[in-house]
Amino acid sequence: MNLLGDMELAKIIVVTSGKGGVGKTTSSAAIGTGIALKGHKTVIIDFDVGLRNLDLIMGCERRVVYDFVNVINKEATLSQTLIKDKRTKNLFILPASQTRDKDALTIEGVQEVLEELSKEFDYIICDSPAGIEKGAQMALYFADAAIVVTNPEVSSVRDSDRILGILQSKSKRAEDGKAPIEEHLLLTRYHPGRVASGEMLSVSDVEDILAIPLLGVIPESEAVLKASNQGTPVILDTESEAGLAYMDAVDRLMGEERPLRFLEIQKKGFIKRLLGG
Amino acid sequence: MTDSGFRLKGSVVTTVLLEIQTFSLDGIVFHLKEKIDQVPHFFNQAPIIVDISKMKRGVTVGEFEALIQSVSALGLGVIGWRCDPDNLPVWSASVTIPLLPASKTRPINIAPTVKEESSPDVVVKTVVEERLVPQSTKVITKPIRSGQQVYAEGDLIVLAQVSAGAEVLADGNIHVYGALRGRALAGVKGDVEARIFCKSMEAELVSIAGNFMLSDALQNIVWKDSAQVLLVDDSLEIVPL
Repeated sequence: MNLLGDMELAKIIVVTSGKGGVGKTTSSAAIGTGIALKGHKTVIIDFDVGLRNLDLIMGCERRVVYDFVNVINKEATLSQTLIKDKRTKNLFILPASQTRDKDALTIEGVQEVLEELSKEFDYIICDSPAGIEKGAQMALYFADAAIVVTNPEVSSVRDSDRILGILQSKSKRAEDGKAPIEEHLLLTRYHPGRVASGEMLSVSDVEDILAIPLLGVIPESEAVLKASNQGTPVILDTESEAGLAYMDAVDRLMGEERPLRFLEIQKKGFIKRLLGG
Repeated sequence: MTDSGFRLKGSVVTTVLLEIQTFSLDGIVFHLKEKIDQVPHFFNQAPIIVDISKMKRGVTVGEFEALIQSVSALGLGVIGWRCDPDNLPVWSASVTIPLLPASKTRPINIAPTVKEESSPDVVVKTVVEERLVPQSTKVITKPIRSGQQVYAEGDLIVLAQVSAGAEVLADGNIHVYGALRGRALAGVKGDVEARIFCKSMEAELVSIAGNFMLSDALQNIVWKDSAQVLLVDDSLEIVPL
């Protein structure tokens, strides 16, 4: 019995930015985990071949045996390569190869892997490398939706604008003349105090320049660095503003309405300061 | 990146060639002035090359310099001169304006259809071609992002923003019903009548038929407001809408 035709294919979401260091991998890990927490079977693919990071953020670096390139080259099967997350049900990681470069990825190879994953997963998160070259284009080519990670500063906004142009012109959807890739803006490392003093662009400045719907605003937070170093996606830290903001973003991605929060300058009271809140 | 602070590039400029056939200074000045008065706009500060290669007799340095002076006095910019390379005058090295290599074009002999009553001393040749420009209009509904370039053979209408780092070009007019933050070049094939219209002027550069203005200058005229850009007497005017 062939049920494949009736089955809904996985939604492929690329997390991209153009600029490096804005929080793509942190966001991929957080959002992938958030979607899995909601009960959807999710896989996060690290497309940053040669600069593997996702495994560190997810805290599974010691369990990497095979990688994405091995699967493309048919040196290993997907089930051998996928790493099951120990904390979160329904979550899997497909690590990048550290010893190869972006040329190891081919359109046909990536397509084959994505098609196979599609049969089994509900969501496929593609963690894009920085830049606009082959690696980044490979990560976004098959995407249905894109989360454009942007910092509130001009160079990051400019690069996001550039990647939005590439999403609309060099993706499979664009080439096939299908409905364009769904675009979501995720503003990270947002510091309300520095926005107020004019050192950073505000949410409305960035929205005005990029003109795409806002998925969420993640406040600058020490919890993010701490979570990265511990290998725990920050979304699991329900005490932190960044974790809560990521959860809001995941809710919005699933079509729920959530008001924006953490956009105001926090005035710390004496007791809060004492308790280190 | 270079440390030299400049770049050497090749460039082709359309110029007017003043081909002297018989040297009579007064006659040349008189007829040339007549031509200029017909289309003063065209000749104003136009680059011109003085060509004496078709002259039967030699020209003295005095005569030549007087000619250059008179031509300059008429408002033309002499950028060089030409003469028959086999018949180079002895004074050729002493002239300050550059001697240009002889034209490689073959002489085209076209039988004159209508004989003019008096053969003019001066022939003004212009290297401007007339051609049919298709007037199709291109409509873009999505934002034009940084790094993208859109060109329209006729008019260009953008129903969204043009981001910083994007470039829109048109042979005709450009309309942007959103913020214009990138570069907009209208009349790129030389149409001086072309204009740029935008809902919010925040451009990096606007240009009409090669006359351009950068954002620094624009900010002092109209900024973040609706505006049109047009060419008036070879200078750009930015007018609020």
